[in-house]
Amino acid sequence: MRANVRFMQGNEAIVEGALYAGLHFYAGYPITPSTEIAEILSERLPMIGGKFVQMEDEIASMCAIIGASLTGFKVMTATSGPGFSLMQEAIGYAIMTEVPSVVVNVQRGGPGTGLPTSVAQGDVMQARWGTHGDHSIIALTASNLQDAFYVTVDAFNLAETFRTPVILLFDEVLAHMREKIVIPQPGDIEVVERLRTSVPEGTNYHPYLVREDGRLPMSDFGGKHRYNVTGLVHDMWGFPSSDPKVAYDLIHHLVDKLEHRADVIARYKEHYTKDAEVLLISYGSSARSALQMVEDRRKRGGKVGLLELQSLWPFPGKTVRKKCVGRSHVLVVEMNMGQICQEVKKVVSEPEQVFLANRFDGVLISPTDILQQLNMIQGKGV
Amino acid sequence: MAVKDYLRKRFFPQIWCPGCGHGIVMANMIRAIELNGLKKDEVVVVSGIGCSSRMPGYLDFHTLHTLHGRALAFATGVKMGRPELTVIVPMGDGDALAIGGNHLIHAARRNMDLTAIIMNNSIYGMTGGQYSPMTPFAKNATTAPFGNIEHAIDLMELAMGAGASFAARTTTYHAKEMIKIISKAIKHKGFAIVEVMSQCPTYYGRKNKLGSAVDMMKGFKEDTVPIGSKKKANNPDLIERGIFVEEKRPEYSTSYLELIEKYRAERQVQ
Repeated sequence: MRANVRFMQGNEAIVEGALYAGLHFYAGYPITPSTEIAEILSERLPMIGGKFVQMEDEIASMCAIIGASLTGFKVMTATSGPGFSLMQEAIGYAIMTEVPSVVVNVQRGGPGTGLPTSVAQGDVMQARWGTHGDHSIIALTASNLQDAFYVTVDAFNLAETFRTPVILLFDEVLAHMREKIVIPQPGDIEVVERLRTSVPEGTNYHPYLVREDGRLPMSDFGGKHRYNVTGLVHDMWGFPSSDPKVAYDLIHHLVDKLEHRADVIARYKEHYTKDAEVLLISYGSSARSALQMVEDRRKRGGKVGLLELQSLWPFPGKTVRKKCVGRSHVLVVEMNMGQICQEVKKVVSEPEQVFLANRFDGVLISPTDILQQLNMIQGKGV
Repeated sequence: MAVKDYLRKRFFPQIWCPGCGHGIVMANMIRAIELNGLKKDEVVVVSGIGCSSRMPGYLDFHTLHTLHGRALAFATGVKMGRPELTVIVPMGDGDALAIGGNHLIHAARRNMDLTAIIMNNSIYGMTGGQYSPMTPFAKNATTAPFGNIEHAIDLMELAMGAGASFAARTTTYHAKEMIKIISKAIKHKGFAIVEVMSQCPTYYGRKNKLGSAVDMMKGFKEDTVPIGSKKKANNPDLIERGIFVEEKRPEYSTSYLELIEKYRAERQVQ
């Protein structure tokens, strides 16, 4: 079979990934720079018997996808900074009720209305801690359209596997640029389907009884089992409880199910790292510039490499720590004031110092920007 | 079946105060569901946050207790996922009209087949008696210690303005009328709003010296008249009860299925 080679926009690639993974229901509200996702899905979803609803705001969008996911379907919403802020309470609800869902945040400049049409990566910490209370979350990202497709499929797979919302933290440059992408044939890459309970109809089903392997098989809401779902601390019946032991066990379960599997969830790529003396760590569209800079240096004999993170949360600390050992310099490249750099500093003790090359003015960081920073920390001047 | 056969008895006692009107609404909602011949498996109850929103937990249906003000948004997702189910959304006046006001307007406009039962006790009960968007002018609340200087929303006017295809008002005193109205609202194919005036003797009653729960219910009898009553002409302060609007209009989840079918039919022709 001939490969399905296409030339498309980033937002289109995200849609292709979502549909490949089995997206059935989308609810959203228009916001730059993510709007194309909604526009394309309003056409594509009904074509496959799926459904699209344009809601009255981002709060309602997140709530609607949770409702639809409970009934047994794969769901997604897409937004940008201001809308992502509005979704935070409902993202916490999805974490608490363990409802698989995918939230795309095409990052733009902030805070406030910020720079709506410009690139930024300022929502990294919001993705981690945007909603209140102790919790864990998965956030993935990519630097090119092919990878955007793959991590989108991955986001759906992880959402189903861990019964959790997964954040796709893309950015304006990735979402609006166009490049070549090969759409895999059905079956070429794994798609994880929902784990459903084997408890027969008419028998008591405990929606929040954790299996030995940590997983909770679901029963399509409105289907053969009647049960309760609440955002309050709840027992195995899904009924509110203020028992300290129930609360303790539940919060531990919600956090541990992801943090204890951080290694399984970790996704990254290595470019020229084997003999690299200088290691760049980057992600999203920043990693494109970082890779360009690395390749330019390599042509001149510079021993520079790039560790490209594709999962930001849970932070792949063990991997980062290990990959930094033995390097002369570690330089984090990102488009914010050092949100991932701080995480890297927390886990890296060798080399002693971790440096930051960044921009947060709405302009894509360039290979020259990164080189200038490297020259500076190496004492070569600007 | 008896009303108690629809309850999850192991989750009792319920949290409502003695004299609260919400239990009357819950029982009559169950009676209305039974009048419609619906089986337990065919009914979903979705709520937000507040005293009235605790109702789903006690009911042996498919039940979803969500976020403050957002019940209709969650219900929208559930209905789109399983359009064949009957989706009922019990809400309080603060939940439905303050924090959830935007969702209420747009659910009405969209005309999705959801039944919103709004228990109006003119107060935030769960947080201890603050004024709500339905607390009348000059009435007292813990956050209106000198009398409320905001004005209450007329829910029926709002419902009609937003395009609800069914809107009705009743009270906890008029139990038989309530059953009939909720039953019709459930049967109605489209978005239905039912306002039930419900007493909160603990906070609204106490703050405004309205007496016991029984006194407050007698007040509902005295302060309301059926729509079109001549008494209203003589006393404009009387509140009208009954069905304000009942219209056939394309229902959203049905329209969506038609849109899918239309696409498929066109593709087959080509």
